[in-house]
Amino acid sequence: MPELICDGRTLRVAEGTSVAAALALGGDGCTRTSVSGQRRAPLCGMGICQECRVSIDGRRRLACQTLCRDGMRVETQA
Amino acid sequence: MADVIVIGAGIIGAACAQALARRGLQVLVLDAGLPGATAAGMGHLLVLDDNPAELALSQYSLQRWRALAPAMPNSCAYRRNGTLWLAANAEEMAVAQSKYLNLQAQGVACELLSRDALRQREPELREGLEGGLLINGDGILYAPATARWMLETPHINQRRARVGEVDGHRVRLDDGHWLKADAVILANGIQANELCPELPIEPKKGHLLITDRYPGKVTHTLVELGYVTSAHNASGPSTACNIQPRPTGQLFIGASRQFGTTDPQVEGWMLARMLKRATEYMPGLAQLNAIRAWTGFRAASPDGLPLVGQHPQRKGLWLAVGHEGLGVTTAPGTADLLVAQLFDETPPLAAQPYLPQRFLGEPVYA
Repeated sequence: MPELICDGRTLRVAEGTSVAAALALGGDGCTRTSVSGQRRAPLCGMGICQECRVSIDGRRRLACQTLCRDGMRVETQA
Repeated sequence: MADVIVIGAGIIGAACAQALARRGLQVLVLDAGLPGATAAGMGHLLVLDDNPAELALSQYSLQRWRALAPAMPNSCAYRRNGTLWLAANAEEMAVAQSKYLNLQAQGVACELLSRDALRQREPELREGLEGGLLINGDGILYAPATARWMLETPHINQRRARVGEVDGHRVRLDDGHWLKADAVILANGIQANELCPELPIEPKKGHLLITDRYPGKVTHTLVELGYVTSAHNASGPSTACNIQPRPTGQLFIGASRQFGTTDPQVEGWMLARMLKRATEYMPGLAQLNAIRAWTGFRAASPDGLPLVGQHPQRKGLWLAVGHEGLGVTTAPGTADLLVAQLFDETPPLAAQPYLPQRFLGEPVYA
């Protein structure tokens, strides 16, 4: 059961859970904030729409294409 | 009833329509909604000096953009961030120096940067570049929003319609209706050949890519000087490093050129080649996330200059086409040149180098 830190909060999820799913389970489901200040969430779930980009361990990643790993730090404010 | 009909609502058509409307004319702008260069391009406003006519038109237009800027809404995203031409070696630095002298002589504000000064201004650039040339008055904008803003000028009406035929100052819409005005302006870029097959305009395909937001990494629009020596003169597919910081913090990466294709598909090999070129100048790019890639087509004339003026064999039809990669830059200058000719006034810069006659022959009308 990987344990990750999403926006400072600890989340424990099942093996094989995507970061997008983890955010839906443990947070408001949002992944980022748009240029105009709106919160955005995953849409396509298959790596195309780019709505779910988050910062993972300091690098920009697609939440729907990334599996949770133990100790991962996920930030959704970027 | 319109005084003038403009075909094409891209940046050229919009600038012409705005200039005419500000003279009090009633302008009808027709647009078919086809993909155009205005929506696809980078919105880079730059002075280019490959030849005196290109320099005159781009320099004049940059002055006009700077004058227009305070009135433009935020959505136009105008920034005067300057273009930084990058010299990778001594040969390119010599090109930078000669450009510097040429531009200085014409009153274009610019400065030469040494190897160290270059890295100081743009720390993301790789070490070992020879230097650079900074053109202070260059800028960027978001062209689709700017065209929309221009078209909001009073006395302009817009209509979504495809023109099937042009006959001097009359146009036939696809639905069979004929419209007429005192003048018709053809400003539909790459689609101009469909209405005027005699125009010597060829599509040049370009790829573009935009990254996620990474604010503060790049300040100026970074363009390699190899652009001048290679891409502009090559006939085969070519790429050049062009990195533009958007006000959102995104980085806009270009540029590529391909001839002899009208297929809008993003081609992986071309995109890869273009990105590889950009990372040769800014290695850190490889760590960033791209969110979109797309293509567009530049409407290129044989001598790289636009066709601006009345069609010599089709009285009443005025041309504002063939701007290649400089349509956004030279839109205000193009509009002023065209309006001056329409009103039979002395244009703000010599109209001769851009007259359609150079390709189409002398006028057949009096």
